[in-house]
Amino acid sequence: MLTRENTVNLVLALLLLVAPLAANAFGQPFYVTLATRIAILALAALGLNLALGLGGLVSFGHAAFFGIGGYAAGILSSHALSYEPMIFGLPGTVQMPVIWIVAVIAAGLVALAIGAISLRTSGVYFIMITLAFAQMVYYFAISWPAYGGEDGLSILVRNQFPGLNTMKPLSFFLVCYVVLLAGIGLFALIRASRFGTALQAARQNETRVATVGIHPYRIRLTGFVISAMITALAGALYADLNRFVSPSMLSWHMSGELIVLIILGGTGRLFGPVAGAALYVAFEFALGGLTERWQFFLGLILLGVVLFARGGLLGLLAGKAKHG
Amino acid sequence: MTIALALEQLLNGIQLGVMLFLMAAGLTLIFGVMGLINLAHGSLYMVGAFACAAVAAWTGSFWLGLIASLACAAAAGAIVELAVIRRLYDRDHLDQVLATFALILIFSEGTRWLFGDFPLYLDIPALLQGVVTLPGDASYPVYRLAIIAVGALIALGLYLLIGKTRLGMRIRAGESDREMIGALGVDIRTLYTLVFALGSALAGLAGALVGALQSVQVGMGEPVLILAFVVIVIGGIGSIKGALYGALLVGVTDTLGRFLLPQFLALFVDPSQAGMIGGAMASMLIYVVMAVILAVKPRGLFPPAHA
Amino acid sequence: MVEPVLQIDNLVKAFGALRATDGVSIDLRPGEIHALIGPNGAGKSTLIHQICGTVRPDSGTIRFAGEDIGALNTAERAQKGLGRTFQVSSLAPEFSALRNVMLAVQAKQGSSFGFFRPVMRDRSLVDPAMAILERVGLADRARLPAAELSHGERRQLEIAMALALQSKAFLLDEPMAGMGPEGSKRLTGFLDALRREAPILLVEHDMDAVFALADRISVLVYGKVIATGTVDEIRSNPTVRTAYLGDHA
Ligand SMILES: Nc1ncnc2c1ncn2[C@@H]1O[C@H](COP(=O)(O)OP(=O)(O)O)[C@@H](O)[C@H]1O
Ligand SMILES: [Mg+2]
Repeated sequence: MLTRENTVNLVLALLLLVAPLAANAFGQPFYVTLATRIAILALAALGLNLALGLGGLVSFGHAAFFGIGGYAAGILSSHALSYEPMIFGLPGTVQMPVIWIVAVIAAGLVALAIGAISLRTSGVYFIMITLAFAQMVYYFAISWPAYGGEDGLSILVRNQFPGLNTMKPLSFFLVCYVVLLAGIGLFALIRASRFGTALQAARQNETRVATVGIHPYRIRLTGFVISAMITALAGALYADLNRFVSPSMLSWHMSGELIVLIILGGTGRLFGPVAGAALYVAFEFALGGLTERWQFFLGLILLGVVLFARGGLLGLLAGKAKHG
Repeated sequence: MTIALALEQLLNGIQLGVMLFLMAAGLTLIFGVMGLINLAHGSLYMVGAFACAAVAAWTGSFWLGLIASLACAAAAGAIVELAVIRRLYDRDHLDQVLATFALILIFSEGTRWLFGDFPLYLDIPALLQGVVTLPGDASYPVYRLAIIAVGALIALGLYLLIGKTRLGMRIRAGESDREMIGALGVDIRTLYTLVFALGSALAGLAGALVGALQSVQVGMGEPVLILAFVVIVIGGIGSIKGALYGALLVGVTDTLGRFLLPQFLALFVDPSQAGMIGGAMASMLIYVVMAVILAVKPRGLFPPAHA
Repeated sequence: MVEPVLQIDNLVKAFGALRATDGVSIDLRPGEIHALIGPNGAGKSTLIHQICGTVRPDSGTIRFAGEDIGALNTAERAQKGLGRTFQVSSLAPEFSALRNVMLAVQAKQGSSFGFFRPVMRDRSLVDPAMAILERVGLADRARLPAAELSHGERRQLEIAMALALQSKAFLLDEPMAGMGPEGSKRLTGFLDALRREAPILLVEHDMDAVFALADRISVLVYGKVIATGTVDEIRSNPTVRTAYLGDHA
């Protein structure tokens, strides 16, 4: 069905593909890297959007999962390159698919622990507790020297994907783009599913969900874990994009930025994170070119969006969100 | 390990707790009265520190700097409340988080603009330099003891203000019933601005006091802010009493954890390993404490009665 | 005598100094409509909340289908077969009427952990939900968001959701409120038939409806049940007349 929102989504998806293809054809790899950054940040925010947009869970700690994904990539590849076995004598790897699986499982387990405690609370408590737990992971990464501590960990050669040369910007972009599309597809499926129905209903009216006999806690915990897994996958890609992972991926600024991406794009919208990430990277690039203090203006813009334009970019382009 | 060293660490923990209390008291008061979660509270801490350092450098007087820190932070708080915050009281927490996150960006970059990228330094005033000798032959900086004293005085002051004065009565009424306080004819908007400025001034004071112990730099408020969040989550959001107990608990646990855990581990593994593992574990300790407390009492140790 | 479906013994709930439920004992038998009446603030809604688990009693027992359900949470009690409506309607406002009922249908089917199949194309959810909307007379409003329904329609939707759960007992908190004479009359007929599916504990201010429907009536005043009996017994009870019915009759 080609509603206005679907049309806008389609245009966004095509733009994000065509722009780097064109940039590559004109020998401008820098713009390919920008597009890759957009795709990865969009995927990270898409993960958060599952918890925040669908479930109404304002997690201020998703940087923890983003960073865990990043460290999974960094740690596995460093072990593979040094031939030093890891815990239990397992070898490292430079294969992205394996790294992704490890990233997703590790983040899922951590999210299960964090969520199990945080979801016993709600509202402001939830916001602060997720923030605090992410901070715990952050300080752990800083004070644990084995993987670079405060200095972070370099990924000397970008990890590999079977059949592709990921060191080519366009190839790596295409990997990220396809993963993003898959993530969007998964999000759309979940949103329309039984689970998605319960998750969204728990946001709209928790008592109602319990009154029909569904445990809101279990639904939310599941949603939180899936959300963390998607964000962790983005984290693994992000580390590969920068060929570097450091505690800054785990910092609370990162958590804040992920929320900002969603709001800039439009909360709970399928393509909100894509629109938000594109807008964010564009700001960063355009304003960052003008002034070192671009975050000052980002702050002003964000304040304006929150106070006066709650629907975000998609709200402006595609009107109010519709539900089944 | 000597008694003297342990005593010193304990005092350091209390001193950290006192600083956290100054931050947490404002946060929890603002949440209790206005229902607002304010991430930019750390920025006001930073404003206080910069104001103190700048005025102290300019006039040569730490004490004038201290007054400036209170005044600037209160003024900044009042302006922010009037311009932005009061539009957020009726919004959901997500909007509050985002708008105050935006304020952090504005404050941080704005401060860099004014003062540059390099940290400022603030000297301990002559009156409070030096050390005192404690039982067990320990010596302890006078300045840190002074901070503890200031914190105790402010805790007492807040107790009297909220428990015994008309303003405090209005604050308590505002916490339990916004409608009623409106019906009583209290100008609720002015009250909110006052409470926000008061919370900001406390944060500014904390920033100024700590500024003489560390360097004064952009971003200095953020780690403290997050610890203050842990404090009020542990204490029960909205409760000043909870903030006090939570702050002391977090301050002492964190400090003693960093001191004791590596030594404790050294009994089992070799010292360099113990330092590394112990350090990493200690950095996580307060969060573990928070998790345990929340697992037992999800609304904190002293949840406000009306919540 | 048949075993009651729902049996409440000596329930107490205080909000500070106010004893909103003050030693209430009441039961609900198979096939009956048991009306609970009383002035505003008597504690009727608070009682329903405690039965459903949204408010915890201070003391007393609640037995449902032969089992003490005091330790169960709201969702578990719903799964046992307690279906309720709220005095202030409580729906998923962004969802359509249909999807609200489908939520109840999926809950009844016992699985909310399907991640891939779109519910709107799942006949096993849509068909029963549509049938129920048909039954409560909301079929033509099925695609409207709950937030856009009229007050009366939202009440009907609540009943539809309780029906979808195929509950073993219905607890209805003022279902007629705000319905208008026409709607009240239709709903009266509807509830009259519904009692054959499961007994109903009916909190209601509309005395015509109560007298038309109730097999038994309990009168709650200041958290205490001051009388329980048939319609005629309650009508002629002098205490009830002074305490409550006096200003209605
Ligand atoms: N959560 C609560 N906290 C404090 N008082 C309450 C609460 N819920 C209900 N009450 C009080 O309990 C009494 C009974 O309320 P309610 O059960 O709603 O009465 P009814 O449904 O019979 O009109 C009222 O005085 C009401 O103000
Ligand atoms: Mg009622």
